[in-house]
Amino acid sequence: MNGNGFLAVHTGQPIPREKIPQLSFGEFRTCIVDEVSGGERVAALFGDDSASREKLDVYAVLADSTRALLRVAKSTLDKDRFPSITPDCPQAHLFERELAEQYGVRPEGHPWLKPVRFHASYHRGRDAWGRKPDAAPVIGVTDFYQVEGEEIHEVAVGPVHAGVIEPGHFRFQCHGEQVLHLEISLGYQHRGAERTVIGIPNKRTIHTVETLAGDTSVGHATAYSQVVEGLTGCRVPIRAEVLRGVALELERLANHTGDLGALAGDVGFLPTASYCGRLRGDFLNLTALLCGSRFGRGEVRPGGVRFDLDSGRLQQCMERLDAAFRDVSNAVDLLWNSSSVQARFEGTGAISQETCRELGIIGPAARACGLECDVRQDFPAGIFRFAQVPVSSWTTGDVFARAYVRWLEIQRSVAFIKDQLRAFPDGPIGTAVGALKPDQLIISLVEGWRGEICHVALTGHSGEFSRYKIVDPSFHNWMGLAMALRDQQISDFPLCNKSFNLSYCGHDL
Amino acid sequence: MLQIILARLKQGHRTIAFPAQSPSLPDRFRGLPVVDSSKCPDDCRACAEACPTNAITIDGKGLRLDLGRCLFCSDCTEACPEGAIRYTQDYRLATRKREDLSLEGATLKLAEALDAKSRRLFGRSLKLRQVSAGGCNGCEADLNVLGTVVFDMGRFGIQFVASPRHADGIVVTGPVTENMRTALLDTYAAVPPPKLVIAVGACAISGGPYVDNAEVHNGCGSLVPVDLYIPGCPPHPLTILDGLLRLLGRLEK
Repeated sequence: MNGNGFLAVHTGQPIPREKIPQLSFGEFRTCIVDEVSGGERVAALFGDDSASREKLDVYAVLADSTRALLRVAKSTLDKDRFPSITPDCPQAHLFERELAEQYGVRPEGHPWLKPVRFHASYHRGRDAWGRKPDAAPVIGVTDFYQVEGEEIHEVAVGPVHAGVIEPGHFRFQCHGEQVLHLEISLGYQHRGAERTVIGIPNKRTIHTVETLAGDTSVGHATAYSQVVEGLTGCRVPIRAEVLRGVALELERLANHTGDLGALAGDVGFLPTASYCGRLRGDFLNLTALLCGSRFGRGEVRPGGVRFDLDSGRLQQCMERLDAAFRDVSNAVDLLWNSSSVQARFEGTGAISQETCRELGIIGPAARACGLECDVRQDFPAGIFRFAQVPVSSWTTGDVFARAYVRWLEIQRSVAFIKDQLRAFPDGPIGTAVGALKPDQLIISLVEGWRGEICHVALTGHSGEFSRYKIVDPSFHNWMGLAMALRDQQISDFPLCNKSFNLSYCGHDL
Repeated sequence: MLQIILARLKQGHRTIAFPAQSPSLPDRFRGLPVVDSSKCPDDCRACAEACPTNAITIDGKGLRLDLGRCLFCSDCTEACPEGAIRYTQDYRLATRKREDLSLEGATLKLAEALDAKSRRLFGRSLKLRQVSAGGCNGCEADLNVLGTVVFDMGRFGIQFVASPRHADGIVVTGPVTENMRTALLDTYAAVPPPKLVIAVGACAISGGPYVDNAEVHNGCGSLVPVDLYIPGCPPHPLTILDGLLRLLGRLEK
């Protein structure tokens, strides 16, 4: 056990639940606050009521990037209220709101205690807001933060937006064009995904996982598979690890390319917008060459992968990757060489490194602020234990930085895939998966294209998932978008929004 | 400026010749399944048991596959020792009726065109409002793709618009979460009649992987009248485009 009361664990390695340190809530809270102020990050904070409906166990997973360690501990609430961690550790804010909504416990002193997904408490009759048991929460009805003043006006957008995108509600407090505050209220996409993973994994589980955020099918399926593999003690063949890595980077390439095109579109620069729109599809079609699905559905399975890359396909993959990369370079270069684009990108929607740290922002948005965090480097699993992908970062934290980091990552991903395919190892692409070990905890991290995907599983006495916690990177980063809009023009919202391009369903689950 | 023009020349013309020429799809693409009950051994239920969304039923008449539930995932083809179900490259999957998605052999009753009056109204200009109601961004992404230069849906007069008031119909994705029910109904109500409803993807047709979750409505069929079903998880952009053109009576076969 570590000196701070938390137990150090590694990604993908199960530990018996009895070894998880049980702290008093006071110690638990102090440790989280101290470690986070010392540079660690809250990767997950969640409740588990599978042992007893009267006592709620609260688990915290802290990520220490510099030492490649995860730390875990738990505390048990025997009352329906507890002193909120958020005032001393802002990163905990959304996790505590989630705890309150799911289990009807109240983090006292939480400065922003509002529903997250607008569903009834898991415990009928126990509600953090004292609502009546039969009064189903109405989506979007909450006390929005309001700025008052004669010249202040409010703009409400959504849930249904102008484009072909997922639903969410945005409430702007404006003074003229200037945004004083943006509040983002989600939950429209809540499908009850997390709770359907509970139990012995069944035939539908992997399909739920692949659609948690459908543009991150490979990322989430890999995180889930690592959980199952850790809990069954099976070893994934190296060829399968390579194919997973290739699929993950193709997913990143497609989405980053699409985002750069969409950013160009949002500033009215149509050449790059239309080229990247096409090129995104070229990367998706490479994924389809591998597994038949443009979104990588069906490729990653516990124990390995389902579709192999024969030599003809490999050759084709290399050639098409080169061609697509050549065209992406050509299209994206236009962005950096057009002063009209740069004038709109630079200085727009900037967040500081300090804000990033305080809120626990991750992924490209954090790297755009100079934070060198990347699961592939900090907590490598699978092929990333053998093949390092350099961390791409920039310093300015604005739309330009978030765009430029994507371009840097596109180059790194192409190089990675080519390296892997040049030395493509022989062997099988899968191994049998047995039953899950009972009474374990396991944490699995994957660097999806939006950032850190974290799955935490607890197994019960009969080897079933008694709790399965999913943290999509968007859960951490929506607040980053809200901060990026401060003092910006409201007309820059689409641009700022696209520069984060967060998942609604990944957040709402 | 010169660089932009050079880039334009280099990037070339990318719009596919569809529908004049049939498109090429990757060999592993899973399109229309073909069901052959004569290959089924007695009492074998392997495919039905493997299917994640229970899209397969086996009774006295043989094997039936509900494309409205199908995720095109290949769990059934892997489970079947006899090859009684196999995927073809055929991307044409859209139907006008829910029951037409029930597949018993190799043929699917593809979507018929709208009646003459509706074709006069929508045939050359169809504006659609998209409503994602719990969609995972898979279907949404492949709807968006139709606007790229590759598919260029605009050349058929089909376009996504920002307001339901400007639309001739809605395209629904997602299993329809309880939290999106009102927004979906409001959007539908805001479209001036006559109007169309197009359900895209397994979720919008049947609930998909989320079927029977308490938080969802198993698709939009119980809330709004559906005119066109486009199955898939997600459907390939060509499947969607094919369905739309069929609905408008702009495809011969």
